[in-house]
Amino acid sequence: MYDTIIIGAGMSGLAAGIRLAYYDQSVCILERHTTIGGLNSFYRLGGRNYDVGLHAVTNFTPKGTKRGPLARLLRQLRFRWDDFALVPQIGSKVAFPGIELKFNNDIELLTSEVTRAFPDQTDNFLRLIDGLIDYDQIDEAAGESARGIVGEIITDPLLVDMLLCPLMFYGCARPRDMDYGQFCIMFRSIFLEGFSRPFAGVRVLLKNLVRRYRELGGELRLRAGVRRIVEEDGRAVGVELDDGTLLESRRIFSSAGWSETMRMCQKSDLMPQRASGELSFTETISVLDRQPADLGHHETIIFFNDSNEFHWEKPDGLVDVRSGVICSPNNFCYEKPLDVGMIRVTSLANYDRWAGLPEERYRLEKLAWYDRIVDSAVRFMPDFRRAVTDTDMFTPTTIRRFTGHDNGAVYGAPDKQTDGTTHLKNLYICGTDQGWVGIIGTIISGIMIANRYALREG
Amino acid sequence: MTNAEIRDVILNILEGITPDDDLTTLKDDAPFREQLELDSMDFLDIVMEIRKRYRVQVPEEDYEQLASMASTVAYLEPMMKDLEKV
Ligand SMILES: Cc1cc2nc3c(=O)[nH]c(=O)nc-3n(C[C@H](O)[C@H](O)[C@H](O)COP(=O)(O)OP(=O)(O)OC[C@H]3O[C@@H](n4cnc5c(N)ncnc54)[C@H](O)[C@@H]3O)c2cc1C
Repeated sequence: MYDTIIIGAGMSGLAAGIRLAYYDQSVCILERHTTIGGLNSFYRLGGRNYDVGLHAVTNFTPKGTKRGPLARLLRQLRFRWDDFALVPQIGSKVAFPGIELKFNNDIELLTSEVTRAFPDQTDNFLRLIDGLIDYDQIDEAAGESARGIVGEIITDPLLVDMLLCPLMFYGCARPRDMDYGQFCIMFRSIFLEGFSRPFAGVRVLLKNLVRRYRELGGELRLRAGVRRIVEEDGRAVGVELDDGTLLESRRIFSSAGWSETMRMCQKSDLMPQRASGELSFTETISVLDRQPADLGHHETIIFFNDSNEFHWEKPDGLVDVRSGVICSPNNFCYEKPLDVGMIRVTSLANYDRWAGLPEERYRLEKLAWYDRIVDSAVRFMPDFRRAVTDTDMFTPTTIRRFTGHDNGAVYGAPDKQTDGTTHLKNLYICGTDQGWVGIIGTIISGIMIANRYALREG
Repeated sequence: MTNAEIRDVILNILEGITPDDDLTTLKDDAPFREQLELDSMDFLDIVMEIRKRYRVQVPEEDYEQLASMASTVAYLEPMMKDLEKV
């Protein structure tokens, strides 16, 4: 009998597990996949290391900072700032036709860019920042429209879209509009805090998390998918694994997603119905024969859009190449350069379209879309196509296969269950569908759910 | 435990929570919240650590007693004076 079973060894599951194991609970993390990390893992191909998710760790604050999510999670998980070895970005930008806004980890740059490109919006922009809700008060803004509130403060629609573009790409589960609370979280984590990356990539974070968890006596089982949550009188009493094994537990946390978790439960009218998310991505990875800087590309991340209107929605076709995110893991302030140059381009994509392709067509479409996506990206950066030595690409179906999330939805369901509760008394949701997304966000989610439902009550 | 020992225990807990902070300059009468910028999650941790190490329960309505080092030691004294330091 475990005190707590956690479904999923992604960022949130591992973080929750550390908290519980630290306070001497018997806890077991069950992961269907052969490796940890979930939406943010890493793999080796052709002798090279690749990161799956990670473009940038958001919420970067320098060593010694005491406020904000990064400082908070370091304290809660008993890490030193140096353990994560985060290196700040060089600088990024939002690029629309004929106009761009540069930003880095100091809000002064973005403010001066707004002043330069939108002289009449400076005061409005400062008012927008002043009015941002603090992390701890986010619940107050639940359900309010970011387009509505921001559009009243910033009177130039082009600036509204230029600000929304990066925030939506990095953390908006809802098509077209954003929850204002989520807008505030993302604005803080990207513009007021900032981007960073460990030199060795996301594995540094994951290895730290899993090592700490194991040192504390936590149990982790890979290739251990949960097929069913076993119930008795409105309570979860354990789980049944894919291979039929039964495990008992006093409570269950699930990071598998809302609908995904509900499908593991017995059908019940008490179960709130929640639509799954629909926004997913393709990502192309181009390995270069030189550093991106040698091609004149110095930005850490470029968020681009090729018209004045930004469309954040599931595309009708396989991929929407009008907008995208160009990321180079090389362009952070490291002491020495990374071994290989890489450019990654993320675009909105349609899960159903990709999932409906027969195998051979899928392979061919990937090749065709790799070219279209890169062709689109080089409109906003130096042409790197002749420096490419190797490529890879993943699609919404890849994300679905490795994380189990419906539709390969990267930020989960549009409506979040912010208190984490479900129709079963001792079953709680953590991670993406609880509300906080992204690497730092989901770690915080795991910590919050563990504190609230497994530690405070004792 | 003497009050000095209880103070050591709390200091040790704080070192664990904020390994990057220098606690030698901590003022006993000033609130932790201001000096170390501890938030509600951290206060829960102080309580949990005391429970983990000494099986001493601090009920939620008493959390405010843990505002500063001086008030924490005073609050814990009756509960911890008969315990051995570990
Ligand atoms: C392409 C891409 C780029 C990204 N870039 C960034 C970025 O640059 N910065 C950033 O901060 N965030 C980024 N993210 C988002 C970030 O990765 C996620 O928000 C975060 O990792 C989600 O963590 P989680 O724990 O909530 O969920 P997950 O990581 O999805 O964890 C859930 C785990 O549960 C497992 N599971 C599911 N069902 C079962 C079952 N029945 N039984 C057992 N196990 C099960 C899954 O295999 C998975 O490991 C990116 C994501 C993607 C896909």
